[in-house]
Amino acid sequence: MSAPTFDLGDLHGGLRLPGNKLQSTSGPIRQMPVPAQLVLPIAQHAGDPANPVVGIGERVRKGQLLADCSGTLGAPVHASSSGRVAAIEPWPVSRRHGDSAPCIFIETDGEDRAIDAREHAQAFDQMTPDALRTEILRGGIVGLGGAVFPTAQKLTQATTSELEYLVLNGVECEPYISCDDMLMREHAKAVLIGAQILMRATGIGQCIVAVESDKPDAIQQLGESLAALDDSRIVIKQVPTIYPSGGEDQLVQLVVNREVPSGGLPTDAGCLVQNVGTAAAVHNWVVENEPLISRICTITGDGVSEPMNVVARIGTMVADIVDFAGGYTDRAEQLIIGGPMTGRSVSTDRVPLVKATNCILALSAPPSTAPELPCIRCGECAAVCPIQLQPQAIFWHACADNEEQLRVHGLTDCIECGCCDLVCPSHIPLTADFRKAKARIRELADEKARAERARIRFEARGARLEEQNRERERELARQKQTARQAGAAEIAEILKRKREKDGD
Amino acid sequence: MGIAILTITVIALLVGLVLGYATLKLPAREGELIEDVNRLLPQTQCAQCGYPGCRPYAQAVVAGEAEINLCPPGGDATIRRLARLLGRDVLPLAGPSTPPPAAAVIDESRCIGCFHCRTACPVDAIVGAHQLMHTVIESECTGCELCIAPCPVDCISMKVLA
Repeated sequence: MSAPTFDLGDLHGGLRLPGNKLQSTSGPIRQMPVPAQLVLPIAQHAGDPANPVVGIGERVRKGQLLADCSGTLGAPVHASSSGRVAAIEPWPVSRRHGDSAPCIFIETDGEDRAIDAREHAQAFDQMTPDALRTEILRGGIVGLGGAVFPTAQKLTQATTSELEYLVLNGVECEPYISCDDMLMREHAKAVLIGAQILMRATGIGQCIVAVESDKPDAIQQLGESLAALDDSRIVIKQVPTIYPSGGEDQLVQLVVNREVPSGGLPTDAGCLVQNVGTAAAVHNWVVENEPLISRICTITGDGVSEPMNVVARIGTMVADIVDFAGGYTDRAEQLIIGGPMTGRSVSTDRVPLVKATNCILALSAPPSTAPELPCIRCGECAAVCPIQLQPQAIFWHACADNEEQLRVHGLTDCIECGCCDLVCPSHIPLTADFRKAKARIRELADEKARAERARIRFEARGARLEEQNRERERELARQKQTARQAGAAEIAEILKRKREKDGD
Repeated sequence: MGIAILTITVIALLVGLVLGYATLKLPAREGELIEDVNRLLPQTQCAQCGYPGCRPYAQAVVAGEAEINLCPPGGDATIRRLARLLGRDVLPLAGPSTPPPAAAVIDESRCIGCFHCRTACPVDAIVGAHQLMHTVIESECTGCELCIAPCPVDCISMKVLA
């Protein structure tokens, strides 16, 4: 069964990139053994870091809560296997360019004993949407497409808008990455049941599963599972293979032909977008009772011996996964966590796999070593920009540090897809410059807020001091008045009291 | 000829009236201008400009008593913004160069609770009572360094913020 390509919207720009996916999709997903040590960062999601609830030396079991959600935006972290909590200390993580972040270390005991199943015996279609969302929060589920936004909070926020479609994102447009493809091929049913749970949790009546046209096997598997489930609310749509059609806003544009407004969310266009991996994770937790303690990760590139997809426990060292894939080849020169376009280079493979790690890419030589030349304003970047920005103008203002113009030119709408980098004949690292400029804008906004607070406090203090002065003057005047009115006898009395006191 | 002279005269009169009216309204706008200038200043209240805070400096700038290049924490960016707002020329920064953002830290083991720093702080970012330990609320500290000099036991230092 093949899915029809119908009433698709148009995507501006974008690039047709060599997929490089066959290397890792030739075999089935391999199960990675539980490593001797797991390193679990407490901040694997957008929002506040989780709050550790276990002590050092404590024995934990697979699926046990290690760190609980704190604050309004966050997700809990669970033990990926059974063992002993060895330490809670900083360790380099990939998300912060190899900087250290607090992690919980578990020495595994090899038994992989799970915690007892939860008592709730209710099927998900008997639960209320509120209860389902609470359940999803407890499972530590976050968006597995890359942004790791806590799923429960995304669902709750989404319910405040009027929603028409749940869009399951199985596009996976970035080269090399194939974990979603393999997930849909091997666990299509879990993905679709996950979609049903998400629809129940949000009250959305229609679901579109969007898959890129270069994944015929995934489309076929989804089609067969959908036929078996017989759910008329779900349709499968095939989208053209263009990078970055898998960006949330771009996907909404493609499948329902609505533009997400600048600064807005897909929910403003009546859509809630979830990654297929997230849907499967929701299924695994709500139906199979397993919180988000493992994920499928693509290990590929010409720098590894046997490119493949593995199911690895969260907290497994990247170095261990590389070893599992046959180790590095002689040509391996750089290691990237994530895809070649949006991933981050890391200087060490001693970083743990986290909920966000969809791909480990070992490549021979850096793709661009050409020196940076001046911008010639050719406009190639504007032609490929999927947001229809003018990267050459943004670059200009980023060099001048002109915050106002950067805003005017829509820098904050940049999705950092990297298309402009790739086509730039002057080899300007535009995306990296834009990332820096975005950080600078945030910094300036922080500074402004801080200055405003200081101004208010300074003025409040001034008013208070003035009031104190006035009060003192009033008191002085009152005392003078009292003294003037007092009779000679009273003054004599006071002086006598003073003499007695001095005499003591 | 006569009509042309009359037309020009009428236009000149009208423009004169409008300008005269605007001049009368100017004092009302000065307050707003002070507010605008004040909002461009970094609000560290550090008095390095020679005025006791950002608002007094803004008043002096608008009154024409002070140049626009006296604010070290604001640096070149603030001078550029002030120049644009006031239509003046961009000047090089006078005095020390822009310090990195910092916050005061009280060595609490040495603090004697004298209250002097508490009084000196322009933004009430120090808490504490007489004879009791004081501490700095880091999120509210502007890094003005005004608390350092009054401390009799030199237990306050500046910590550069990352």
